[in-house]
Amino acid sequence: MSLMFNEFFQYEFVRIALVAILLMTPMYGMMGTLVVEKKMAYFSDALGHSALTGIAVGVLCQAANSNLAMVIYAVVFALLLNQIRYRGKASTDTIISVCASVSLAAGLAILSRGGNFSSYSSLLVGDVLSMSQSDLVMLSVLLLVTVVFYVICVNAALAITIHPTLARVKGYSVRLLENVFAVLVAVMVTFSIRWIGILLINALLILPAAASRNIASNMRQHLWLSVIFSMLSGLLGLFLSYFVNVATGPVIVIFAGIIYFATLVFSLLVRE
Amino acid sequence: MKKIMRPCGLHCIKIKDFGVSFGEQVILSDVNLHIHCGTLTSVIGRNGAGKSTLIRGILGEIPHTGELEFRNTENGRIRKIKIGYVPQKLQLEAAAPISVYDMITSFRSRVPVFLPSAKQRKRALEALEEFAAEDLIDKKVGMLSGGELQRVLLAMAVMDDPDLLLLDEPVSGIDKNGMDLFYEKMKYLKENHDLAVVLVSHDLDYVAKYSDKVILLEETVAASGSPRVVFNSPEFKKVFGGASYEFKKEAACESHV
Repeated sequence: MSLMFNEFFQYEFVRIALVAILLMTPMYGMMGTLVVEKKMAYFSDALGHSALTGIAVGVLCQAANSNLAMVIYAVVFALLLNQIRYRGKASTDTIISVCASVSLAAGLAILSRGGNFSSYSSLLVGDVLSMSQSDLVMLSVLLLVTVVFYVICVNAALAITIHPTLARVKGYSVRLLENVFAVLVAVMVTFSIRWIGILLINALLILPAAASRNIASNMRQHLWLSVIFSMLSGLLGLFLSYFVNVATGPVIVIFAGIIYFATLVFSLLVRE
Repeated sequence: MKKIMRPCGLHCIKIKDFGVSFGEQVILSDVNLHIHCGTLTSVIGRNGAGKSTLIRGILGEIPHTGELEFRNTENGRIRKIKIGYVPQKLQLEAAAPISVYDMITSFRSRVPVFLPSAKQRKRALEALEEFAAEDLIDKKVGMLSGGELQRVLLAMAVMDDPDLLLLDEPVSGIDKNGMDLFYEKMKYLKENHDLAVVLVSHDLDYVAKYSDKVILLEETVAASGSPRVVFNSPEFKKVFGGASYEFKKEAACESHV
């Protein structure tokens, strides 16, 4: 067993991936609680898909830094979605679906020009083992920003979820907070796309928080359980994926899914 | 124990030339009201008369014309009004892991809800105690009954000493016994806190018994004054139909206790 771990830790890319998981998963666990409570799972899913279009825009503009193009696109897309949500009379999920589909289609169209899509297909599944040390620095900054946001804004975000008018009367700036929140989720999702993959990024945001929601009876438990579940699935996923030689993202999500169903069964048993 | 303040009777809230329109459609116009602290004002009217719109306008949720002024009549000073609002219901699933403590903290404290704070918990408990709701502090908000939720929301609303307490049909879905308790609580609040209560209500018996002032709304203020004056007005008969309202002596109380 210890031999196995010695082998595991001798590669730098594995050590970097491990640190990345330890930085990334608490961030997801934390923001996930708010995404789930605010019923924005679909919204964050759409953001993940739009990241592909961001890359396409980057390619089109021949941007030196496609990361930047991706983040800028996601931020604009998130703000736009929020704006439409406020103005629109149709139900939110319809609007999101329309925007996400159009955005995704545009992205696919651009990237598949000249039959070139296969060079981007790695974005669908991601590869956590391809991270560099500078990525870790960026990730640490993002984690720090997320923690600061969470500490300062969690009360307001919760109040707005409970009753927007009441929150406005209390003096919280509802629109500002919703926009900052959407932008932060957008940046987080976009930034992690290369490592986790477009198809699974939302699962990582939603599953741990949803699992913790099954058994938590207040926000404190909700947050800590979500962070623990997220980190646990991240670590287990990384180890197992390394030893059985499959992509890390899917294994992490499978563990998060197992935890979700375990908590669901547990909550049903307790209720009876 | 929470500080009890007698109403000073010196604060007044003036609503001047208040109007709300959606496009061409006029919902409210020329609404003028004068409300004193220590009084309970009931807003009545048929469905669609603009009662909820008035509340939403005062809350600043929808654009309106006219103004809302809060003045100390003793020194004539005007300051920003602090409004407490009790919504009819919340849209929370029963499963949402948001406890009463979480809700109160999220609205009334800077301490992040996920950090344990003995001080904040004590504050929340004290506020809940005034409405006999301290046992509910760890319950999930989505699991509370109508009456329980209302007590919690009231406790939260008066926690930061509002000048005006607004309630929009607060007693829907509550049994008669709960109604009596509720209106007694309103009486207690206006007598023991320095605030004015404005509530939208459908139950004319309770309005007649407990209100200091009644406002009959029909796009504008059709009639206002004491319950007796308004209930005997021709406008009242026009809106609610039939003969004039019969005042029962303590009827509301006797028949339900």
